[in-house]
Amino acid sequence: MWDILEYAAWALSALFGVLMLADLIRIDSTYDNELLISSREGEIEATAERHEI
Amino acid sequence: MDDITSAAAEPDRLRLLRVLGPSHVWALGVGIVLVGEYMGWNFSVGKGGMIAGLMACWVAGLLYTCVAMIDSEVTSTVAAAGGQYAQAKHIVGPLMAFNVGLFLVMAYTMLEAANAITVGFLLDTVAGMQGQAGLNQQPFIVLAIMFLAWLNYRGVLATLTFNLVITAVAFLAIVALFVSVQFGASAVPLDFSAITTDPLPYGWVGIVASLHFGLWYYLGIEGTCQAAEEVRSPARSLPYGTMAGIMTLLVAATMTWYICSGLMPWEYLGQAGTPLFDAARVTGSTGLMILLFVGTAFATLASANGCINDASRAWFSMSRDRYLPSWFGAVHPVYRTPYRAIVFLVPIALIFALGAPLDQVVTFSILSGLLGYTFMTFNMVMFRNKWPLGKIKRGYVHPFHPLPTIVLLILCSTAYFAVFLGYGTQLSAMMCFYIIASLWFHFRRYKFVRRGDQFTMPWPKPQGY
Repeated sequence: MWDILEYAAWALSALFGVLMLADLIRIDSTYDNELLISSREGEIEATAERHEI
Repeated sequence: MDDITSAAAEPDRLRLLRVLGPSHVWALGVGIVLVGEYMGWNFSVGKGGMIAGLMACWVAGLLYTCVAMIDSEVTSTVAAAGGQYAQAKHIVGPLMAFNVGLFLVMAYTMLEAANAITVGFLLDTVAGMQGQAGLNQQPFIVLAIMFLAWLNYRGVLATLTFNLVITAVAFLAIVALFVSVQFGASAVPLDFSAITTDPLPYGWVGIVASLHFGLWYYLGIEGTCQAAEEVRSPARSLPYGTMAGIMTLLVAATMTWYICSGLMPWEYLGQAGTPLFDAARVTGSTGLMILLFVGTAFATLASANGCINDASRAWFSMSRDRYLPSWFGAVHPVYRTPYRAIVFLVPIALIFALGAPLDQVVTFSILSGLLGYTFMTFNMVMFRNKWPLGKIKRGYVHPFHPLPTIVLLILCSTAYFAVFLGYGTQLSAMMCFYIIASLWFHFRRYKFVRRGDQFTMPWPKPQGY
């Protein structure tokens, strides 16, 4: 049984890896890189929780 | 695409999703740490005996209570992904921030690798109990990392909800074992006679040496603040989740020491691979044995899961500020996760999980964590000096300042000495690595950083500037 589980673990690992890589390539080729890296730190603070006493 | 921009007036920007609550913060912090109750802490008993193990448990608990209080105050104000990295950037400066970011990535990636190794070890133990000796652990180690990375890739809410469930089960398993043993469910009675017959087998230095592994009980609770950009109300949720987390861990750590020390001789406990599971086996109850095995597996997976979450947020934040190539600072347009950072860190975790011994991986993780705690001490002092109480809004104000800072610094120094006693070479190698990385950042990388953009908090000018 453990031999089968070992093969299953390899197969599932490959599946998860392929799913991530395929999606990464799809997203990178579909969307503009400037949009993908457009996140900015601090926007939450600026819009929602102003630090004022 | 319609969920990419929620506010029409704002430019098209992708953001991490704000979907988490205090329970997710608790699950992130306790999830990363609870594996330390299931394994690792007991080497402190091996270093100094039963009393030393208990003192390490409580002294490390004091250290981490200071960490949690300090972290809660600062992070309730600097609510940004990257946690301590963002704190260092705003309060100390870029070089410190770069180092803190690296501490975080190294500590969590190494811990993730250690957890994956443990998953392989656990399954090997089960296979051995079923007569299948010499199980190939590698496919299970790889699967643990790949599955959890995929889960993290798909979204933070599902990831941390999963963590909440398995962490709660792992914690309740410890409580169930404690209650069962207290009410006489164990075939072997609790025996603490070694406290009087063999109190300190290696003397007082044994207590100092045991502190190294006492850190295992709580290592990683500071990881809660990596979720700062994804919680609905950072100023409330982060302190609430973090403080609830450290209280949970203090209870779990004390119960763990009590059960394991009472059921097993300290000589065995000091070198056991899975002490809580072994304690359940000693009770002779099949139900407890299964429960604690499930608890061990869940705690290990929860820790690895939280580590992937935190390491990727730290890497993402540094990249977003161009401390690292900005390519890694991308947000997935559908899942809203730092997907490139998550994928990039997978092979690094695999290299350490498949190619390095467990104790070395763990020691590098502890050392990176310790460096981060040391940073917190002077970060806190500078924070209160530059922005005194009343100057900016804080979600939480920790009491007795600067006492927790002083206590933390003293305990960090002691822990460095404890690590040096057993792993002096690794300590030196780690320091060399960070010095070289700092030189690279200063001379080669910092010119790419947009210096005005990296300070994002809408704070008033610091006092004295």
